[in-house]
Amino acid sequence: MEAISRFFDGDVWWSFKRSPVTVIAAILAVICILGAVLAPVLAPHNPYDLAEISLLDSNLPPAWEATGNSKFLLGTDQQGRDILSTIMYGSRVSLLVAVCAVGMSIIMGVSLGLVAGYVGGRVDSLIMRIADIQLTFPAILVALLISGIGRQFVPRDMQDAIAIYVIIFSIGLTGWVKYARTVRGSTLVEKSKEYVQAARVIGVSQARIMFSHVLPNVLGPVLVVATLNIAEAIIAEATLSFLGVGMPPTQPSLGTLISEGQNYLFSGEWWITIFPGIALIVMVISVNLVGDWLRDALNPKLR
Amino acid sequence: MSALVQLKNVSKTFDVSAPWLNRVIERKPQTFLHAVSEVSFNINRGETLALVGESGCGKSTVARLTVGLYETSTGQVIIDGHDMKASNQGTDAARAMRRKVQMIFQDPYASLNPRWRVADIVAEPIRTHTLIPDGPQLDKRVAELLGLVKLTAKDGEKYPHQFSGGQRQRISIARALASNPEFLICDEPTSALDVSVQAQVLNLMKDLQREMGLTYLFISHNLQVVHHIADRVGVMYLGRIVEIGDKDEVFGAPKHPYTRMLLDAIPDLHMTGKARTPVAGEVPNPLNPPSGCAFNPRCPKKFEPCDKTRPQLVSFAGRQVACHAATG
Repeated sequence: MEAISRFFDGDVWWSFKRSPVTVIAAILAVICILGAVLAPVLAPHNPYDLAEISLLDSNLPPAWEATGNSKFLLGTDQQGRDILSTIMYGSRVSLLVAVCAVGMSIIMGVSLGLVAGYVGGRVDSLIMRIADIQLTFPAILVALLISGIGRQFVPRDMQDAIAIYVIIFSIGLTGWVKYARTVRGSTLVEKSKEYVQAARVIGVSQARIMFSHVLPNVLGPVLVVATLNIAEAIIAEATLSFLGVGMPPTQPSLGTLISEGQNYLFSGEWWITIFPGIALIVMVISVNLVGDWLRDALNPKLR
Repeated sequence: MSALVQLKNVSKTFDVSAPWLNRVIERKPQTFLHAVSEVSFNINRGETLALVGESGCGKSTVARLTVGLYETSTGQVIIDGHDMKASNQGTDAARAMRRKVQMIFQDPYASLNPRWRVADIVAEPIRTHTLIPDGPQLDKRVAELLGLVKLTAKDGEKYPHQFSGGQRQRISIARALASNPEFLICDEPTSALDVSVQAQVLNLMKDLQREMGLTYLFISHNLQVVHHIADRVGVMYLGRIVEIGDKDEVFGAPKHPYTRMLLDAIPDLHMTGKARTPVAGEVPNPLNPPSGCAFNPRCPKKFEPCDKTRPQLVSFAGRQVACHAATG
């Protein structure tokens, strides 16, 4: 309780209240996240329950158009699925992938960066050179390679089932460099501080110094990078799905929805692709704006 | 009295060469920085030895060598009969040595982990060496330690940023005392503090020394602080000890021209208005020290052998001096 009241009295909350753009972005982000997480409860239809969908309802325009049906607010796709519901279910997949991928990047990046910074010498050179090499490949290319090659090794009927793991792995793997660099930089600073030397004089083991002294002090910047990285991961997932190496049509994410809908764009059914697109944009921009604000709010030089 | 701490011909060289590739391409030689050269001294049980000197003369390096944060290049640091080189090896004997030797750092704002509560900071040595199991007994000991440095048990729940510089330095002292050490190395413990707070911390350190029979190696550039706290004084110049002996002898009748220069530079309330004699010249580059006596380019008493041969430490009554011009 004390921690909560301190948060609301603190600088961070104050700067949050002072920035209307951030407040709006945060509200939108919360709506997107709640809508995604609670999709099974909130969505008007279950688009993946074959008993509930009917081909008679296919390709209906949004409700406000002349031929629209008030049951389907944002219209339906070619199989009669409610677009609003598919968007909610799709954001769920997108968010899940993004959060897991970012989590994987954080675990990899933070531990490698911490070891590189703290141990130094050859270990440091090795880890950071690998990071440099990784950076020379565009993230999306690496992800394409992994998901493209990865699925050659599994039988065709299992490909859809493991798609989500492959995509989480490939996005997660491309994201660790940023964390490693951030954490290595802060570790180098913290390592030379006297409290680390004091711990060494006391006789604390190196591993314990690394995890209980240095780690808590280098996690601040990671939070900021992670928030911005979530938005990037959502985009990366959407890109991969759009290109056909991401989520399969049986478990569509926002990217898959956009990709499928664009086939109907020129035949007049614009809503199938435009609404998932808008949902993606709103989600990414709002998360990004919150991340930007967080970066500034936690930067002591900008206070 | 037996010597608790012995430094025998301790030297520390740092490799400050350019990276290997640059050396090969630009034909640069390897360069070494001789931070500390052939330093020897003993500290008796219950005694305070102070090391003084200008910035960059190697006094902090000596502190770090003594506590084992750096390994000696040559020479030995022997504390209570054990070589400090073994202290990082993780054996039981090494851990026991670690417990006996503690350090107080210069910057009280950097020497306490900002994310730890004060009680955890003070308890860390006890937990590391499992001297007391977690529980009410440990809490009692932490409260006792905080009481020793004139803080209350309630302060243990706070974080370091809630304290002033002097209070933080006292927390550092409490942490250093937590493992019942015999020998404390104090690396300019008061130079980051206000003058009034300095006196507080120094008096506390003196009281603790009397009560617990502690031995101090006290590093400082402030001669008045040294005069207040030390029994013996060593003056360092460019990595070497140039004069070492009883405080009253060294301060009362300095024999090395550098000691005299330092003493003349002290501001004094009685002499307000008079121009002080600043220490003339700059410290030479330790990468390229002058030949012979390192002090010869700045020395007012320089004569024939000074830039040719390095003077050795010679014993006089109550002290040792390394100067060609020193006479009984």
